[in-house]
Amino acid sequence: MPVKKLRVEDLLGCNKFNADEKNSHIVIDRAICAKCMNKPCLVACPAVLYTQEDENSEVKFDHLGCLECGTCRIVCHNHGNKGIVKWGYPVGACGISYRYG
Amino acid sequence: MCDEEKLDAIIVGGGLAGLAAAYVLAKAGKEVVLIERGSRCGNKNMTGGRIYVHSLLSLLGPELLAEAPFERAIVKEQLTMVSETGSMTIDYTDYSFKGIPQSYSVLRSVFDDWLAGKAEEAGAMIVTGIQVDKLIEKNGKIVGIVAVGEEMFANIIIAADGVNSFMAQQAGLRNDLTSCEVGVGVKEVIELPEEVVASRFGLQAGEGAARLFVGVTNGISGGGFLYTNKSSLSLGLVVNPQELSNQQKKLHTLMQDFKMHSAVYPLLEGGKTVEYAAHLVNELGFNGIPPKLYRDGLVVIGDAAGFVINIGSTIRGMDLAIWSGMAVAKAIFEAQTSAEVGPKYMNNIERDIIPTMKVYQGYPKLLKNPRMFMEYPKIANDMMHFMFAVDGSVPKKLPKAMFDIVKNNVGLRSLLSDGWKGVTSLCR
Ligand SMILES: Cc1cc2nc3c(=O)[nH]c(=O)nc-3n(C[C@H](O)[C@H](O)[C@H](O)COP(=O)(O)OP(=O)(O)OC[C@H]3O[C@@H](n4cnc5c(N)ncnc54)[C@H](O)[C@@H]3O)c2cc1C
Ligand code: SF4
Ligand code: SF4
Repeated sequence: MPVKKLRVEDLLGCNKFNADEKNSHIVIDRAICAKCMNKPCLVACPAVLYTQEDENSEVKFDHLGCLECGTCRIVCHNHGNKGIVKWGYPVGACGISYRYG
Repeated sequence: MCDEEKLDAIIVGGGLAGLAAAYVLAKAGKEVVLIERGSRCGNKNMTGGRIYVHSLLSLLGPELLAEAPFERAIVKEQLTMVSETGSMTIDYTDYSFKGIPQSYSVLRSVFDDWLAGKAEEAGAMIVTGIQVDKLIEKNGKIVGIVAVGEEMFANIIIAADGVNSFMAQQAGLRNDLTSCEVGVGVKEVIELPEEVVASRFGLQAGEGAARLFVGVTNGISGGGFLYTNKSSLSLGLVVNPQELSNQQKKLHTLMQDFKMHSAVYPLLEGGKTVEYAAHLVNELGFNGIPPKLYRDGLVVIGDAAGFVINIGSTIRGMDLAIWSGMAVAKAIFEAQTSAEVGPKYMNNIERDIIPTMKVYQGYPKLLKNPRMFMEYPKIANDMMHFMFAVDGSVPKKLPKAMFDIVKNNVGLRSLLSDGWKGVTSLCR
């Protein structure tokens, strides 16, 4: 990608992933998220994997594209409603595979 | 379980801390297995960019060090203070760094893989693509690990699993991270031809520059960094997750705005983004080290133990990770029983790492001052503007102009109080 303002999809598209299509290594509980006031995961996840269409719709999470940093777990458990009920690394050699690092 | 099946050591995590320990132990003939969840060592890891080389030199010696896949020897240190309308850069070259470079830019995917090769040559067994799920505890002692349903036993387990360290958490040595303890880092690797990197930063062959940016985080505690690699740039931001959560801009957007700022973009122009990475980094320095770093049968090293110094101008985690890996290996040689390893490790740490970390103990507090990230960079730029702008009108007298700039941005009282706090937190 040439140097310019890039959408997050394009940035993630530069990366090499061994996708685990079936299992999500992070699980959220939508009922808990629905009651979350400020939803810090929406701004803090560097890969923008937590999304919400508008104020009244539910928070969605997509594990593909995860950079395995742990930021969501921390902000959710510290400033959110603890809706992340499972946070782990992808199993085997799945997930992000940095070529530069 | 019979004793023959028991290894001397199992190392969880093949980052720099784990690999350093594996290398030293294997070289001395110890039976050691390192387990890394990535499909190769390094491909789960990211860093800013530069490794201070002292501990690596003592780990490998000068001959092996000369083979290491470094990017560039850092000779230029730059600091750019950015405001909306300007930027001011301090540029310092230390010509003595050319003789014995004290730091090199690195890319971890390449570097860790290389070091893993050296550890394997020394006799360490490195198993990749497997995650350690659990520690095995027996009668209050840690005796082994579970990975993909299999049990494995050793005299000592070394937790080198990085900043999130679930191993240290499971052992009850630390709680999960909180948002005041860590920064979240994002980075783009941007490819540019080698000659372009050299000419843009005024570098000769093999030389590199490191640049820090303040005033680029929308007022959030943190800053930007840029490291020159051979034929790419590592450009990124580190910010405090709590303050990030309290505002509306997505981290990804902050990064894009930073990249496109007039103070940054010309350095990157014509390049190609080839990777986007994110990672947490310990931010509390000495005060972030858990009170206890071992149990009978287990020791914690590297990021998992909180060994990172961040004083704004320099960030040191990789050299300390290596140092702590060497410290645990030494402790294993010195100890008669596995119970002695922890205390001996602490002795080595107290001697080799803690004194340095204590010197910088006050910095995290200083760097938490919100004015450092917005108002002060703006003051610097406003002062520069006053000194260089000529529009034909009658200018203010210098003292009055400076006084007004301070007053408009932070007020004299805050300035004096910050100055005082700065001095006291650095002297503590
Ligand atoms: C944005 C940013 C910029 C930085 N800049 C610098 C800098 O310029 N200079 C500097 O010196 N330091 C810098 N640091 C800090 C430095 O990167 C770290 O301190 C260093 O990488 C720590 O090494 P480590 O071996 O302890 O941990 P890591 O490098 O994180 O290694 C941990 C390893 O354990 C593996 N692992 C984790 N859990 C398991 C498990 N359950 N089973 C198997 N394997 C597991 C991981 O895959 C990984 O390979 C920076 C950090 C960040 C985030
Ligand atoms: S671990 Fe990091 S990249 Fe993955 S979902 Fe959480 S914040 Fe996003
Ligand atoms: S912060 Fe946690 S609880 Fe709140 S919306 Fe995000 S995942 Fe759900």
